[in-house]
Amino acid sequence: MNDRTRVRLTVNGQPESVEVEPRALLADVLRDNLGLTGTHLACEHGVCGACTVLIDGEAARSCLVFAVQAEGSSVTTVEGLTPPDGLSPVQEAMRDCHGLQCGFCTPGIVVSMTAYLNDHPNPSDDDLREAMSGNLCRCTGYQGILAAARQAADRINAI
Amino acid sequence: MSSPVAARFVGSAVHRKEDRRLLTGHGQYVADASAPRMVHAAFLRSELAKARLNSVNIEAAKSAPGVIAVFLWSDFHEKFGEAWHGMLGEQLVVPPPLAIMDVRYVGDPIALVVAETRALAEDACALIEVDYEPEQATVDYASAAADSNVVHAAWGLPSNVMVEVPFTPMSADLDETFNSVEHVVETTIVQNRYLCVPMETRGVLASWTPGLEELDLIVATQSVHETRNFFARYLGLDEGAVRVTARDVGGGFGQKMFVYREECAVVLATKLLGRPVKWIEDRLENLTSAGHSRNELGKVRMAITADGVIEAITVDHVADVGAYTPCPAVMDPTLLPGPYRIPRLGFSTQMVWTNTMGKAAYRGPWMFETTAREMAIDVAARQIGMDPAELRRKNLLSLAELPFTSPGGKLFQEITPLETLEQALGMLGYDEFRKEQAAAREQGRWLGVGICVYVEPTSMEQATLATEGATIRIESSGKVVAFLSTTSHGQSIETTMAQIIADQIGVGYDDVTVVQADTQSTPYGPGTGGSRTAVIAGGAAHDAAVAVRDKVLAIAAHMMEAAPEDLQIAEGVVAVRGTPDRSLTIKEVATQAYTNAHTLPVDVAGGLEATIRFKPKRFPTWSNAAHVCVVEIDPETFIPRILRYIVSEDCGKMINPQVVEGQIFGGVVQGLGGVLYEDFRYDTDGNPQTTTFLDYLLPTTGETPLIEIGHLESVSTTNPGGFKGMGEGGAIGAHAAVANAVGDALAHLGVNVTSTPLGPEQIFELVQASQKERA
Ligand code: FES
Ligand code: FES
Repeated sequence: MNDRTRVRLTVNGQPESVEVEPRALLADVLRDNLGLTGTHLACEHGVCGACTVLIDGEAARSCLVFAVQAEGSSVTTVEGLTPPDGLSPVQEAMRDCHGLQCGFCTPGIVVSMTAYLNDHPNPSDDDLREAMSGNLCRCTGYQGILAAARQAADRINAI
Repeated sequence: MSSPVAARFVGSAVHRKEDRRLLTGHGQYVADASAPRMVHAAFLRSELAKARLNSVNIEAAKSAPGVIAVFLWSDFHEKFGEAWHGMLGEQLVVPPPLAIMDVRYVGDPIALVVAETRALAEDACALIEVDYEPEQATVDYASAAADSNVVHAAWGLPSNVMVEVPFTPMSADLDETFNSVEHVVETTIVQNRYLCVPMETRGVLASWTPGLEELDLIVATQSVHETRNFFARYLGLDEGAVRVTARDVGGGFGQKMFVYREECAVVLATKLLGRPVKWIEDRLENLTSAGHSRNELGKVRMAITADGVIEAITVDHVADVGAYTPCPAVMDPTLLPGPYRIPRLGFSTQMVWTNTMGKAAYRGPWMFETTAREMAIDVAARQIGMDPAELRRKNLLSLAELPFTSPGGKLFQEITPLETLEQALGMLGYDEFRKEQAAAREQGRWLGVGICVYVEPTSMEQATLATEGATIRIESSGKVVAFLSTTSHGQSIETTMAQIIADQIGVGYDDVTVVQADTQSTPYGPGTGGSRTAVIAGGAAHDAAVAVRDKVLAIAAHMMEAAPEDLQIAEGVVAVRGTPDRSLTIKEVATQAYTNAHTLPVDVAGGLEATIRFKPKRFPTWSNAAHVCVVEIDPETFIPRILRYIVSEDCGKMINPQVVEGQIFGGVVQGLGGVLYEDFRYDTDGNPQTTTFLDYLLPTTGETPLIEIGHLESVSTTNPGGFKGMGEGGAIGAHAAVANAVGDALAHLGVNVTSTPLGPEQIFELVQASQKERA
C-alpha cells in the first residue's frame, strides 16, 4: 500500500506532480489530489461517460485509467475547456438547447461532444446520435443534448 | 385596478441560472465536498437474500491499514431515538442502520467501516468474515402472500402481507353491470421492476462537532428540511442544532425524497467519532440497495357495452414492497378510471413483503393505475374488435363536460383529456398511419401504434406536502434575493422561480438570485417531488414577490407624494402612470427603506422583505396528457425500435416552455426505458442479476427517438400563476404507450401483450407462444 509513485502530468495546461498509489484512478487524482471536481463519477465501471476527460486530445474514461498510466500526458478536464470569459461553443449550445437538468452527466457530455466535434467537423444527425451514445443522462431524454450537438457543430463550422 | 407590473419573463425560455456553474464543472455535489479531518465510510452488505447471522468477525478489518473504526449493530444500539419521516408518519420506522441478527435482502448493510480513504474502507470490508445460516428466500411477489417463508418472521409477523384491502365496490350496481353488458374483458397486467437511477448516487458528508454539539449534513437529498427534522428527532436535538444543505443534487426522481438507513449509520458514525464522515455510494449499491420501483400487477376487469361504452372497471392489485420499504407508495386504485367517463369502480389491494430491495418512490409512484388501465383498454379493443383510439374517444372526458366526479371520488376540472388525444392523433396522422401499417404488414413488417391517456394529480396535499414558503428581500442595492423552501435536483427551480419573481416585482431576471436547500436560511418545505414546485413553491414565490412589491409601492408613493395605486414598476423603475418623468429606481426606494426608515410613515416598518407561505385553493391540481408511440419490430431479431413519439400535454400556463419540454423528454425516456431496456431482475434465490450498467440498461442517444410535443393550455385556478405540475407525467404515460405500441405491432400474429418488459427476448417468447397456440 505504501509503494506510492510520483506521477507527472499536465492538467489543463498546468504541470502537476502527485504522489499516488499504483491503484489510484486518474479520476480520483483529478478530483481528490488536484481538487478538479468537475469530473464526475457515476458508475466507476466505464459505461456512463460522466468521467470523460481528454488525454492528449483524445476522449477517455478517467475511471478506467490508472493515474500512473497518464504519466507524461496532457489531460484536459471540463474546467480546462472553459474559456476565461463566457462559455465554449459546446457549453453555450448545451445552455441554449437545455441540454442539462441536474448537471451531473454534463461535464462528461461537454468533454465528449467537444472531442468529437474537434475530430469530425461535418457530422450528420445520425453521426451525432452515435457519437453521444456513450454518455448516459437520466434527466434530459437526450433531446436537448442532441440539439446542442447540432447547434455546436453548425456554429463551429460557421466560424 | 390594473396590475402595476407586466409579465416579461414568465412564458419565455430564458437561460437557466444553474447552467453556468454546471457546464463549467463548478457544480457543488456532495461528492465534491470535504471537511477538515474527514474520514470515509463503506458498508459491508449481505450477499444472501435471507439468512441468520451466526457471527460477524471484524478483528482483521479493525486492524487493517487506515481503518478508524468498524461498526456493527451493537455499536449503534440505543444510540438513536425516533426514526420516522414527516411525510410518511410515525408508523413507518426506518429500519435499523445495520442488520441485527439476520439479513433480509442482498445488500442489507451488516457493518460500516470508517477509514482514511474510501479505498481503505473497502479493503477492510473485504476482511470481515460473516458466518451466514441461509434460509429460503421469498422472491416472487405474486405468490408471497401465501408463502410460508415469512420475510419478517424474526419480528414475529405471521405472513408476508403488509397491507390488505379486500375488494371494495365503489358503486352499488357493480355486479349487475358486469352481468348485463355485452363484453366483459378480463386481463392481468404486469409491470416490471425498474428504478430511479439518478446519475448521482446517494451520498452524505456528516459532521458532528463535539463541544458545539451540532450536526452538519451535506446530503444528496430532495428535501433538506425533512432530513433536518428527521435527524433532530433521531439524535434528540433541537432542529436548530442540525443544518442540512444540498447545493447541487444529481437527480433523484423520488429516490432521494426520504431518509435511508445508510444515512442514519453515517450520522451515528460521525457522532461517535467526532469527525466528519463521508459516504458516497457506488453504482452497485445504488442499483441493489437504494430503493426499487414499479413491480406491481393487477387483474383488471372491464364491462363494455355493444357500442363501446365502458360501464365499469375493477382491479385486484398486488404490489411488491420488498423487505424494507423507504416509501411504500403504490398504485392509487381510486384513480383507476383515469380521465374517462367510467361510472363504476371496484378494487382490492395487497402489498407484500419479499426478500428483495424495498419499494421506493419513483416519478409518479401511483402510476400503475395508468399502466393497468391503458394496457387493459388495448386488450379490450382487440377483444371486442374496436380500434383502440375509437374506444378511448368514446369514453374520454372533454373540457366542456367538466366538472366531473369520478367513482373514485376525484373531482376533475380544468383538464383536456379528449382534446390532447385528438391533438396527438392529429400530429401523428392516425388514419394514414393505419393505412401505412396495413401496407407494411403486407410486406412482412411489424409496425404498431400505442396510445396512453392519463390524468396526473399534481401538488397533492398528503401530510407535509400542502404548502411551501418563500422569503424575498430586495437588498439596499435594489437586487433581489429569494430564499425558497425547495430542494432542486434538476428541476430548474432557480430559473423558473426567478422568472415569476422578476415579473411580479418588476425587475430584470438577472437581478434575482435564488437561494434554496439550506435549512439555516430558507423557509420550511417538505421537499421537491410530487410535481409541486410550479404550483406551490411558485405560489409562494408569487405571493412573496407581490408582498415586497406592495412595500416598494408604499414607500415610493410616500417619497413621490403619489397614491400607491397610481404607480407602476417596470425594469426596476417605479413611475407614476402617465407621468414617466416622476419616477424612482427600486435602488432609490430600497436605500430609503433601509437607511432612512425613520422618515417613512408610521405604519411602514422599513426594509423590503416579506415571508409568505402558500397553499393552493384546492387539491390536487390536475394536469393531463396523451402519448402516442409508433414502434417497428424487426421480425428476425425481434428488436423493437421507436419510430415516432408524440406527447400532447396540458400543464396550464407554462413558466418556461423549454423547462416544461425538458421534463417531458426526461420522463418519457425513463418510461420507455422501463419497457424496452431496463429491467431489474433477481434469480429465484433473491440474487440480483442486473448490478451494473452493462446489465441494467439505461436508454442512450442510440435508442432514444425524437420526441414531438404539442401543448394545450387550460389554466388552473388553484394558484395565482395558473400553473399545473408536470414533472412526473412523462414517466407515467410512456410505459403503457410503448407497451401498447408493441402489442399493436404483434396483434396480427395473435399475440396479446399484457406484461412488461418487452425486449427482444420477451417479444420472441410471445411470438413463439402464440404460434404454438395457433398450430
Ligand atoms: S464513471 Fe467512468 S464511465 Fe462511468
Ligand atoms: S442532466 Fe441529470 S443526468 Fe444528465
